[in-house]
Amino acid sequence: MADNVKPKVRVPKTAAAGDTITLKTLISHPMESGQRKDDAGNLIPRSIINRFTADFNGQNVIDVTMEPAISTNPYFEFETLVPEAGTFTFTWYDDDGSVYTESQDIAIG
Amino acid sequence: MTITRRQTFIMALGATVAAAMPFRAFATATEDSIAAFTGGATMGEGGLTLTAPEIAENGNTVPVTVDAPGAVSILLLATGNPTPNAATFNFGPLAASQMASTRIRLAKTQNVMAIAKMADGSFVQATQEVKVTIGGCGG
Repeated sequence: MADNVKPKVRVPKTAAAGDTITLKTLISHPMESGQRKDDAGNLIPRSIINRFTADFNGQNVIDVTMEPAISTNPYFEFETLVPEAGTFTFTWYDDDGSVYTESQDIAIG
Repeated sequence: MTITRRQTFIMALGATVAAAMPFRAFATATEDSIAAFTGGATMGEGGLTLTAPEIAENGNTVPVTVDAPGAVSILLLATGNPTPNAATFNFGPLAASQMASTRIRLAKTQNVMAIAKMADGSFVQATQEVKVTIGGCGG
């Protein structure tokens, strides 16, 4: 597992039912591309997050397949519908099998 | 040794071919990625907006936005990278719009390409050139 992996998401606290809101997510991760070499000239093995998903109450919003060309600390911004009060669940899947999750509640109001 | 006009011409020709060679290798990888996504279907234009800066000072983080109303999924390609695939966005039932932003790495000045798969199974593509001042693949 890569060190200091910390997910950050920005979800509004409340929204009107049926509203469209913008979600922003960021996760700190080195995203080693597998193309770089260390000081001794050895190739540094690839170690990236290869998939990111966002769900709301079990329904999928976005599912992203990520490749080495995604920058360090992968950032995503996208729009979602809020049909009811509930919980957003964000999941990141690491190459090494680690799974990082973050969830955030949203109320109708 | 004097260089004749003909020799100059031949040398210039050789240089051009040599310069084109690495691009051809990358182009093949890009074509493979496109074929894997579209299954060889022909791609139309329009209906897909790709927003990227014209000039990126730092190739390590280049902000890119794709927007294709009615798309099922969008493939983002950095055609000049050693591995051209950057990301595939699959939109779920709760996606309010088929729009997403992220940041990608670009190894050098190149065309960034997006291909959207529409709900009816057709494909559209958009391309934009991004000039990179400092490459983003380390080394």
